[in-house]
Amino acid sequence: MKRVITVTVINQSGVLNRVTGLLMKRQFNIESITVGHTEQPGMSKMTFIVNVEDERKIEQLVKQLQKQIDVLKVTDITDKSIVLRELALIKVSSPPHARGEMNSLVEPFRAAVVDSGKNIVTYQVTGDPDKIDAFIDLMRPYGIKELTRTGTAAFVREIQKAPSPLLSILK
Amino acid sequence: MSTVVKMKTAMAAADADAAPMRPANGSDVLIRSLKEQGVEMIFGYPGGAVLPIYDALYKQPIRHILARHEQGAIHAAEGYARVSGKPGVVVATSGPGATNLVTGITDAMMDSIPLVVFTGQVASGVIGTDAFQEADIIGITQPITKHNYQVGSVEDLPRIVKEAFHIATTGRPGPVVVDIPKDIASASAENVPDSPDVLCLPGYQPTFYPNFLQIRKAASQLAQAKRPVILAGAGVLHAKAASELREFAETNRIPITNTLLGLGSIPGNHELFLGMAGMHGTYTANMALSECDVLLNIGARFDDRLTGNLERFAPHAAVIHIDIDPAEIGKNVPTEIPIVADAKEALKSLMKEGGQPPDTGAWLEKLGQLEKNFPLWYEEDPSHVLPQQALQLIHDITEGNAIVTTDVGQHQMWTAQYYGLNHADRWVTSGGLGTMGFGFPAAIGAQLAKPEARVVAVVGDGGFQMTAQELSLLQEHRIPVKVVILNNEALGMVQQWQETFYEERYSQSLIPVQPDFVKLAEAYDLKAYRIRTMQEAEAIFREALLSDEPAVIDCRVKRQENVYPMVAPGRGIQEMIGVSAP
Repeated sequence: MKRVITVTVINQSGVLNRVTGLLMKRQFNIESITVGHTEQPGMSKMTFIVNVEDERKIEQLVKQLQKQIDVLKVTDITDKSIVLRELALIKVSSPPHARGEMNSLVEPFRAAVVDSGKNIVTYQVTGDPDKIDAFIDLMRPYGIKELTRTGTAAFVREIQKAPSPLLSILK
Repeated sequence: MSTVVKMKTAMAAADADAAPMRPANGSDVLIRSLKEQGVEMIFGYPGGAVLPIYDALYKQPIRHILARHEQGAIHAAEGYARVSGKPGVVVATSGPGATNLVTGITDAMMDSIPLVVFTGQVASGVIGTDAFQEADIIGITQPITKHNYQVGSVEDLPRIVKEAFHIATTGRPGPVVVDIPKDIASASAENVPDSPDVLCLPGYQPTFYPNFLQIRKAASQLAQAKRPVILAGAGVLHAKAASELREFAETNRIPITNTLLGLGSIPGNHELFLGMAGMHGTYTANMALSECDVLLNIGARFDDRLTGNLERFAPHAAVIHIDIDPAEIGKNVPTEIPIVADAKEALKSLMKEGGQPPDTGAWLEKLGQLEKNFPLWYEEDPSHVLPQQALQLIHDITEGNAIVTTDVGQHQMWTAQYYGLNHADRWVTSGGLGTMGFGFPAAIGAQLAKPEARVVAVVGDGGFQMTAQELSLLQEHRIPVKVVILNNEALGMVQQWQETFYEERYSQSLIPVQPDFVKLAEAYDLKAYRIRTMQEAEAIFREALLSDEPAVIDCRVKRQENVYPMVAPGRGIQEMIGVSAP
């Protein structure tokens, strides 16, 4: 099962290495990872999506992360109401005759054209990882030339609804 | 020289005696910080990148023990730490000096031994250029340390050293590495602040006192128990809680078993002590764990050598686990009542909370019967010295009061089985990592920590040859360690497994060609003995062990003697083989 873990760390050199090294040592499989500064100076926040077998493994992961001296807070936010966002850049072949059709197709995804060439167009799309997957599937028939994803960043929502099923990617 | 100048010089010298030297450079700051931490002894080895540190040490001495290999230095520091309760301090140079410490650092991590390890590093400007003797020791030691630092500026040194000692010694102890680039060790200390009064480590707040509600739950669970058992691990020793453990067990009449590293937390001859549990534990201890209804684990981490097959481990037990490291609770064994706390504080709270002691009469009687029916055994052989007999003899001569260190393997298990320790903190063995070559240098550190104590290093002929160069230390400082080599001309445990599980294919485990250990010791100007028969054993052991001088005893023991009883890998600990003589 996939779990979303956020980790607040003191922004010191080597801290990312320390955290990912720990995951490697304990044989956790990282699906995606994002890191960046937070509103507090000197603090960074990481968001991991990890694949684990069972509850005990995830508990162990959280505890091991918490043991790190530079780690301030570890939260498994999977079961909460959360916002998940990822950004992808997708370079697709787009001959002039197909471009109109493509642009109308991508519109519901609110993808933006960030670069274009004679036969190529680059879309930027943001959203939860499911949406990105769907967008990629949609583009595939046109011929994807290059694809890069940022990994997922996550936030806990202000208002928590009653326990609800997880987002589909997390099943 | 005029009289005035002479007087001035004399006054300056008097001033220097009165006040500590103002630190001139980073290395002076380091030495000052070490003195602030109360460091009395450093184990180390010099080299290019630590030249400034050794120069500062020359000017402002702290006792330095020069090992003959960095691995010897760090194992000695481990022995020192385990016995003294103070952190072991190690200094080594960059590159090979630092990488030679890796085994010891890992060993300390696995067995929760507080160490502060200072490694030299090439100058900041050339880090990352594959400079001479450069190794990424921060990267290398990241998974094997509790924490590590590379000092980025000389102004950070006082804070980092203070943090390093704090982290190494509090919570669950462990090794901390501080990597100091050479330019920082020689940088001017002009703007270096004093050590901070208060440390700011928001990510490191180990829990010390137990949660009251959890203690209450544990107490009531124990009060209702019919077949309770205490499993006491090294956490009891780290917390200095042996007397609380004993009092608690005696008040509640609960039997105790130990992990390998927990030995000594209860006297070996105590009526409630069942012996060590696990792969080579006593049958009684393993059956007690398997049949208990409440298992109180204090400071043990349910290591696989203790639990055997987890599916079959303590199947009827409600598990109460006291540990200062929350990550150990529930890691291997599902736990009903977790208590994150220092073992001593938790035991004190349990005592305070404790109501009616459980009725354990029938249970103790049953275990007593098992002990009587299935004691440790060996088959006597008049033509050979049996290692078990040798250890019983060593026990009797030292009256169970010696500090005993071991490597890993058969001799370690026999020592655990047959050397009943009377006291806590006199047992130094490599448990988690199982490091050959550990026991002898560890004994040196233990002896330096307790000069008055009798220290016996029990080693095998294989492991001894891994760190035998440290005999130089016995020679140089006349450290009165007694080295007992239980010599079977083989890697005994490897041989035992090859016999049992690989149809007697003794692949690379027999070492009939050896140095003459007596001559070897004599080359270091040490008194040495050889024992070949039981008849001569007692007199020689008595002379060697009771002398005030170092001694090396090459004790030729029966080859192909196996450690029993034994739990085969993958089996439950109740499924022991070799429980009684065939």
